[in-house]
Amino acid sequence: MRASLILGALLSGVALAAALLSLVWTPADVTQLTIAQKLLPPSSAHWLGTDHFGRDMLSMVMVGARSSMAVALIAVGIGMGFGVPLGLLAAARSGGWLDEVVMRGNDLVFAFPSLVIAILITAALGPSATNAIIAIGIFNIPVFARVSRGAALPIWTLDYIRAARVAGKGAARISLQHILPNIANLLIVQGTIQFSLGILAEAGLSYVGLGAQPPTPSWGRMLAEAQTMIALAPHVAIVPGLAIVATVLGLNLLGDGLRDALDPRLRRSP
Amino acid sequence: MIRVAKLSVEAGRHDILHGIDLALPPGRIAGLVGESGSGKSMAALAIMGLLPPGMRAEGRVELDGRNLLDLPERELCRIRGRRIGMIFQEPMTALNPLMTIGDQVAEVLRIHQGLDRKAALERARDRLDRVGLAAPRFPLTLYPHELSGGQRQRVAIALAIALRPDLLIADEPTTALDMTTQAMILDLLRGLVRDEGMALLLITHDLAVVAGMADRLAVMQDGSIVEEGPTGQVFRQRRHPYTRALFAASTHQPRLVLPRAEPRPLLQVEQAVREYPLPRRGLAGRRESLRAVDGVGFRIDAGESVGLVGESGCGKSTLTRAILGLDPLQGGRILLEGQEIRAGRAMPRALRARMQAVFQDPFGSFDPRWPVERLVAEPFHLTGRPRDWREQVAEALYEVGITGDAMRRHIHEFSGGQRQRIAIARALIIKPRLIVLDEAVSALDVRVRAQVLDLLARLRVSHGLAYLFISHDLSVVRQITDRVMIMERGRIVESGPTQQVMDAPQHPHTQTLLAALPRIPAAWQDHRDGHEQVSGVALSPPRP
Repeated sequence: MRASLILGALLSGVALAAALLSLVWTPADVTQLTIAQKLLPPSSAHWLGTDHFGRDMLSMVMVGARSSMAVALIAVGIGMGFGVPLGLLAAARSGGWLDEVVMRGNDLVFAFPSLVIAILITAALGPSATNAIIAIGIFNIPVFARVSRGAALPIWTLDYIRAARVAGKGAARISLQHILPNIANLLIVQGTIQFSLGILAEAGLSYVGLGAQPPTPSWGRMLAEAQTMIALAPHVAIVPGLAIVATVLGLNLLGDGLRDALDPRLRRSP
Repeated sequence: MIRVAKLSVEAGRHDILHGIDLALPPGRIAGLVGESGSGKSMAALAIMGLLPPGMRAEGRVELDGRNLLDLPERELCRIRGRRIGMIFQEPMTALNPLMTIGDQVAEVLRIHQGLDRKAALERARDRLDRVGLAAPRFPLTLYPHELSGGQRQRVAIALAIALRPDLLIADEPTTALDMTTQAMILDLLRGLVRDEGMALLLITHDLAVVAGMADRLAVMQDGSIVEEGPTGQVFRQRRHPYTRALFAASTHQPRLVLPRAEPRPLLQVEQAVREYPLPRRGLAGRRESLRAVDGVGFRIDAGESVGLVGESGCGKSTLTRAILGLDPLQGGRILLEGQEIRAGRAMPRALRARMQAVFQDPFGSFDPRWPVERLVAEPFHLTGRPRDWREQVAEALYEVGITGDAMRRHIHEFSGGQRQRIAIARALIIKPRLIVLDEAVSALDVRVRAQVLDLLARLRVSHGLAYLFISHDLSVVRQITDRVMIMERGRIVESGPTQQVMDAPQHPHTQTLLAALPRIPAAWQDHRDGHEQVSGVALSPPRP
C-alpha cells in the first residue's frame, strides 16, 4: 500500500520535475536541428539519443512532459471546477428537476465518443494546445459530476447531515462543509485517473496532429514521427512511449496511495 | 454433540478469546451473553472455522470426536451448512437479492446432497413451510425484496436448517427486528430446537431474550466466560461482579425524582398529515399516495418527557422529521412555543434553536473529518458563535462526562457510548427547550445504555429540558418517560402516563407490543434491581 504511494509519487514527481525543469533549462535546444547527428543511439552526449532531425531526445521528452501535463492538468481543473459543483447540486436536490437536468445533460455528453468529438472540436477550432484543453476538459465535466453525485448521495442519508440540518444549515453550506471534504478522497483518486487519461488523450490528439503545434515538442507527435523509423532507431519510439507509460502508471499509483493515506479512519490514532 | 473446550483465539499478539468452554447438547439452547467487543461473535466464527485472516484459533471444537480446528478447509466446507448452520443479525444483507428464495434454499441442498433441481425445490418448500413461510402466500418464486425483515430472517433460518444441522448458531438474530417480529422469530427458533433436536447457540446482548430462551447461560467479558450455569441459577446467584453489573443495568431505572412538568405547552402537533406519492401503476394508472402520518395530534409540555413508540414503518420517523422541520407536512401544523414549524429556510433560526436532536447511529452521527470541538459547536450556526465557544464546548462535554483532551480528537477515536454522550453535548450546547431523541440508546450496550439514561435524566432536571423519546423498544421508554404514545399505521392509537399504559394497555396493538416484550421472570430478579448505582456517572458533578 505504502510502496505504491512512494512509487507513484516518485514516477509522477520525476515527470513533474522534468516538466518544471524544462522551463528554465534543457540539455539542448529543442528547436535546433542538426541533421548530421540524426538518429544517434543513447550516448554520453545525448543520454536518450537523438531523433531524425538530430534533436536531443531527453530535451524533447522534458518539454513534451510540460505540454502534456499542462493540457491534462488544466483539463482536470475544468472538469472539477464545473463537474463537482454540478454533482453536489444534483445530490442536494436529488430526485428534483435540477438533478434530472444535470444528470441528463451528463448523459448527453457521455453519449458522444469522447476522442472523436475532441478531434472534431480541435479540427473545427483549429489545432492548438488550448483547443485540446477545451476538448478534453469538456469530457471531464460529466465524469466529476457523476462521481461527486454518486459519492454525495449516501452521505446525505447519514445522521450527521440530519444534525447539520437541525442546526439550520442549508444545502449549499452542508455540501461545502460536510459533503465535499468527505468525498475529497474519491475526487483526488478520480482526479489523478482523469489526469492520466488526459495525458493519454493529449498524446492521442497530438499523435494525429491536433495538439500542440510544431516546433513545440509533444509526446504524441514524437510517437507519430517515430513510427516510420522504428526498425531503424527503436529508441525514438521507445522513449516517448515509456514516458507516457511511466507518467500514467505513476499517477494511478499515486491516486490509490493518496486515497489510503488521506482517510483519517485509516490513519493510526496517536 | 458439539463440545468446545479451551478455545482461544489470537490475532497477532492480542488474545481475543481466552480458553472458553461450551457444551452444546442436542435439543438444548445455550445462551451466550456479553457486550460488544466481549468476543461472543468471535467465538461463533471460531466454531465455524470462519475467523478473519490473521487470526488463529487454538483448543478444541469437537464434533463426533474430531477436532474441527484441525480439519482442512475442504472438510470444513462439508461440515458448515450440513452439521453447523448459522444465522446473522442483519437479514437485509444475508440473502442474495438476485435469486428467488426457493432457489437459495434449494442451492444449499443441491450442493451438499446432490439433489436435482426439482427434488431440491420440493425440499426447500418443506423447509420454508417449517419456518412459517407457507405455500400459497409465499411461493418459491419470491425475491428477497418482496419480503419484510422478519420474513427474510425466516428465509435465512430456512437456509441454515435446510440440511438439518446438529448445531445452529444464531448471532443476535433478532436485534435488527421489531419487538413483535422478534417474539415470533424466537418462538420459531424454540420450536425448531424442540422438533428437530438441534442444539442452538444463541448469542445476544439482551438478557431478557436469553432469560426466556436458554437452558444454560454463559456470560462473557473480555474474551472469557466469567460465569456459566443453568439460566435460572445464573440469574439468581450472579456470582461474578460483571454478571451483577450487567443484570443490574438491564433493568436499570434512573433513580431521580422527575420534576413536575409545567402545564405550559412546548410542542403542539395538530392534525399532522404527511403523504408520500407511490409509484404509478402502469403508464395511465392513477398516482396513489401513502399516508405515513395520518392526522396525528399531541402536545408536550415544558420539562416533560414523552415517549413515541411504534414498529418500523408506523410513521414515527416521518413524524420526527416533520417535527424537526426537515420535511414539510401536507396537512395540519406543528407549533413550538406557539410558533409554527416549517421545513427548510422558512423556519427562523431562533425557533430552530429551541429544539435539538440526538440520533440513533453513534457511528453515522458525526462527520468523520471534523474534530470534536467543531462537531459539538455546529449548532452555534443557529445562534451565532459566541466568543468563548471553546469554553462552552468544554463545559458541555464535561457535563456529559467526556473529559480530557477530547476537543481536538476525531470521532473515530471514541466508543459508541462516548459518541452518544458527545451527541448529547452537541444537542445541549445552545440550550434548547426540547431534545428529540430518535432511538438514541438503541445501539448501545446495556451498561452504557443505563449510564446514558442516567445522564439524560440528570440533564433534564438541571436544564429543565423536555424530551421526545422515539423508540421501538417499550422497555427503554419505560425507563425514561412520564408519558407514552403508541403509534400504528400513521396514527396514535393509545397514549397516557407511561406506568398506566404499561400496566393496563387498552388498545389491542399496545397489548401485542407488551406481550412481545421479552421479560426476565420476576422470581429471577433481585430486589435491588433497578436501584443499583450504575458506575461511571456521578449524579451531580460540580460545575466547572
